[in-house]
Amino acid sequence: MRGVLIDAVPSTNGAGPAVQAAPAFDAELRWRRARSVALRPEPFGALVYHFGNRKLSFLKSKTLVAVVEALGEHPSAEATLTACGVPDAQRGAYVKALADLARSQMIERRDTP
Amino acid sequence: MTAVLPERPARPTGGRLIDQFEYGLDAPICLTWELTYACNLACVHCLSSSGRRDPRELSTAEAEAVIDELQRMQVFYVNVGGGEPTVRPDFWHLLDYAIGHDVGVKFSTNGVKLDKRRAAQLAATDYVDVQISLDGATAEVNDRVRGAGSFATATRALENLAEAGMEDFKVSVVVTRENAGQLDQFKALTDSFGAQLRITRLRPSGRGADVWDQLHPTQAQQRELYTWLLANGDDVLTGDSFFHLSAFGEALPGLNLCGAGRVVCLIDPVGDVYACPFAIHENFLAGNVRDEGGFQRVWQSSELFADLRSPQTGGACTKCAHFDACRGGCMAAKFFTGLPLDGPDPECVQGYGETALAARDLELIAPRSHVDHSHTGPVRGQPTLLGMPALPPAKACDESPLAGLDLR
Ligand code: SF4
Ligand code: SF4
Repeated sequence: MRGVLIDAVPSTNGAGPAVQAAPAFDAELRWRRARSVALRPEPFGALVYHFGNRKLSFLKSKTLVAVVEALGEHPSAEATLTACGVPDAQRGAYVKALADLARSQMIERRDTP
Repeated sequence: MTAVLPERPARPTGGRLIDQFEYGLDAPICLTWELTYACNLACVHCLSSSGRRDPRELSTAEAEAVIDELQRMQVFYVNVGGGEPTVRPDFWHLLDYAIGHDVGVKFSTNGVKLDKRRAAQLAATDYVDVQISLDGATAEVNDRVRGAGSFATATRALENLAEAGMEDFKVSVVVTRENAGQLDQFKALTDSFGAQLRITRLRPSGRGADVWDQLHPTQAQQRELYTWLLANGDDVLTGDSFFHLSAFGEALPGLNLCGAGRVVCLIDPVGDVYACPFAIHENFLAGNVRDEGGFQRVWQSSELFADLRSPQTGGACTKCAHFDACRGGCMAAKFFTGLPLDGPDPECVQGYGETALAARDLELIAPRSHVDHSHTGPVRGQPTLLGMPALPPAKACDESPLAGLDLR
């Protein structure tokens, strides 16, 4: 299933190991890019790599890259979307993209403000 | 391939990821690095015509410099192969060096060096993936193409890995006419070691060109393979190499696109950078990591790669109803069978490839690679596919009627 903004392609070698269940995504909570995840800038957005589960994913817009990078600086995912200037009409798609990233453990909850 | 268009189409904004990939990435996502042309085996279908070590092979320091560069470019993992990579004395050092520099390693081996000690070492290492090559689910089928004793070597390595508690190791199979009927057996064998099955496509690259006519799956086998993949695809890796089968109907999971020079490339043992591991030919040679600017410059600025990074717009395939699924198939398969690169794949499931092969000019000599490190003398456990092993006596006096007789 291909998402609107992220497009998880199995590592070119095929699917990675099954991902353990992650908590459901709540956009009111504090999030951040997972500590074992690196973003590699690409002309269309970024490639996302998780060093732990070795999954590869893609962020298909530069705004989404900005959102993922800024998550850690804002009190909630919702606030991050506002700060990054995501238009109202696209919020739904962005929340869904973030939920997909949470499910594949590319972003994680944080407790610190 | 060398025709340079004055203007290249500009990358679109947004859209499908596969369309973005056609325009290339800032760094590869599927980089193969063959560490050596040396190999203890002499498989009949070796994609890189390996056997003898090349004296110009990258030194340890040069290999480390390549890893440093991959780290800077954020190439998060490499597929290491050869030749047989583990016969390089510094293989284990380079493995640690890469992992220590955020470059994970997936390596392919025939298992020759994977004794209990190495298996335990691998099991204790993060970010390393091992795949053991096996081209038959039985010794009989395997050893005909990979050489006598190679099935036993591979299964011993698999046992050692399983015993050491290694997770997620793979059994890597090239599907041929001779083993296409063994897919369920491969799956069972792989499961018995707690490993994962990976099957890939035979291409007419390297020595594969010599046996392709004889070994590539028949149309009927391709159809069965497709059905099998649809049923078992979730548990089986394919390196997305069977995307030409998508033209049977339903698209197979994964990236249905020739990634050569776009998301895929090869660094060979002497540092030459080719568009794809199956395209070792001067037409697809983009540069060398020893050149000024190193690998990054080759990847980002070579003319060849720039040429490859545009969507295919002309040719017979673009008019095919299945073009979006199959994209004309594999560039290397077309090239080494002497077919035009914008036409159908030689194994086109609609049958256009066979027509194209039959229509080839009788005078046509399919392109051959200029790179060949095949063993020139006899090898222990010669494959028997091509009839009796051709082992010319080294000297006339070796032809004693008793030579080679085991009199115990
Ligand atoms: S040339 Fe063939 S093997 Fe290489 S990337 Fe293209 S489709 Fe894959
Ligand atoms: S004609 Fe070309 S695009 Fe159509 S199925 Fe054959 S190889 Fe694929």
